[in-house]
Amino acid sequence: MGLATAAKTDAIAGSSRKHERGHFLRLGLVRLTDYAILIFIGGVSSVPLIWMTSTSLKETGREFVFPPQIIPDPIVWLNYRDVWSVTHMHQFGLNSILVAVFATIGTVLTCSLVAFGFARIDFPAKNSLFFLLISTLMLPGIITLVPTFVLFRLMGLINNPLALIVPWWFGGGAFGAAFYVFLMRQFMLQLPRELDEAALADGATYFRIYWNIILPLSGPALATSAIFSILHHWNDFLAPLIFINSERWRTMALALRFFLEDETSHGAGGGRWNLLMASAVLMLIPILVLFFSLQKYFIRGIAFTGLAGR
Amino acid sequence: MAVAETVQAPRGRRPLSSARLKRYLAGYLFISPGILGFVIFTAYPMLFSAVVSFTKYNLLSPPSFIGAANYDRMINDKLFYTALYNTAYYTFIGVPLQIALALLLALALNQKLRGINIFRTLFYLPTVTPAVASVILFMYMYNPDYGFFNYVINLFNGPRIDWLGDPSWVKPAFIIMSFWGVGGQMVIFLAGLQSVPLTLQEAASIDGAGVIRRFWHVTVPMITPVIFFNLVLGIIGSFQVFTVAFIATGGGPINSTLFYVLWLYQHAFEFLRMGYASTLGWVLLAIVMFFTAINFLVGRSWVYYEGATN
Repeated sequence: MGLATAAKTDAIAGSSRKHERGHFLRLGLVRLTDYAILIFIGGVSSVPLIWMTSTSLKETGREFVFPPQIIPDPIVWLNYRDVWSVTHMHQFGLNSILVAVFATIGTVLTCSLVAFGFARIDFPAKNSLFFLLISTLMLPGIITLVPTFVLFRLMGLINNPLALIVPWWFGGGAFGAAFYVFLMRQFMLQLPRELDEAALADGATYFRIYWNIILPLSGPALATSAIFSILHHWNDFLAPLIFINSERWRTMALALRFFLEDETSHGAGGGRWNLLMASAVLMLIPILVLFFSLQKYFIRGIAFTGLAGR
Repeated sequence: MAVAETVQAPRGRRPLSSARLKRYLAGYLFISPGILGFVIFTAYPMLFSAVVSFTKYNLLSPPSFIGAANYDRMINDKLFYTALYNTAYYTFIGVPLQIALALLLALALNQKLRGINIFRTLFYLPTVTPAVASVILFMYMYNPDYGFFNYVINLFNGPRIDWLGDPSWVKPAFIIMSFWGVGGQMVIFLAGLQSVPLTLQEAASIDGAGVIRRFWHVTVPMITPVIFFNLVLGIIGSFQVFTVAFIATGGGPINSTLFYVLWLYQHAFEFLRMGYASTLGWVLLAIVMFFTAINFLVGRSWVYYEGATN
């Protein structure tokens, strides 16, 4: 009370220096507690990744030491070489890259076509068709995966990486890819309509407008879609689990699970966690590189569409 | 084309000019990949599973019609209720906690502090970690004898908890694990918080509202649409929980993590009961739609939309 009135009279007197100093002091204290809170939560939330990395460098047998060592002694880099030779990791890595790259090319190409149609051309029943496509986002994936498995089995696509790629060449019609159509359409809607009109007046076809004008201007939306798509295919577990059942075409996510099964089936001890963690780190590294080099697209994409963790 | 003409009727029944015809055609051509994909990978699978849900079908011999026997069977299947209960537990306890945590994190991060972006990255990082890798990591961290969680509990002289082996602990363990992935929801909250006008906060502050009152009476009402959005998507996503139980527990111990989609998967791909699995799929769809509808109905009374009149 006293402080408040003092400040008031100070202010009236035209000299608020005393009040300002108190303000800064309080602000500094607030900042300090803010940082303390942030560092605490930051510490807690990074425990798992620290744990993963630390375990991946432990000598076999040391993963079971209690209390656990946070900094491994000795540090065994050879675990990474071992996990490479034990698990055919390079093969699974290549499979994952193959699927992620070709599915992403299909997603970006076909979804941008569809998004262009919805964003830049007027035609009858447009809104209902768009709503139809977007409504697939609410559909639980397992519902369409089961019949699609039956279909792919008839077509001989089981155990074929095409099963993981082909559905993504259908402009957002399959497995929630409508998300990308939505994202790109929102972006394309913001581009000035005069661009198309001028080009049309000059006799350009719609495809030329799409390819030469709108697509080059939609870079950020395409980049965000491509990143989310790569992330999705790299991390996806359910589709490879259902469509792939030979070792030859296992993706890394699937392979990691089989590696876990092999290791834990040894009974007692519960497997070589150091090698398991090393393979998890190997799977995470490309994602981290992608994330840190293109971080702004990640955050922008989520904030923009509100859809995360897909 | 006659249909197209009647749609345009309000503007007067002009004959279809060739430019307009070309535009319609271009529009349909552009969106055709998406529509084709919708037919092949959404409409057909749903129709197929609707039909198959009235049959007995094991992939090896053609489906045989059995009427509503699958639905009968489901109603009398004890495991159906177990799976529903487990999933509801995981969803309705987990999702509100995730949202509260995500909101708190977003509040902590919504400050103009130096280095704040480092913390944002730190909290978002877990969401890009592959699900398989994080599940394996948490299996290790939950180990009762040498895991991280019991190590911390042990520091405080707490009891030894068999996280994944004790039916009463395993669901809470999964919920705790889900907290690690709230970064996506956090980013959405952050975007929502940044759109709350500062003038409102200042006005409340001048009127003498403290930090806590400002939070409850200004911030929370303003971001109810974001809370609502996260809630709807959180429930839909959480109801489809699969990977964590499939890898870590296989549904055990004593069916305590037998989640709905896991159970459906087992029927489809382990017991080859495609008919029954399709029945379960349709019921899952009905459940998801039910919760979405409830959310929208209830949401109307507490979600604040700026500019909307009540």
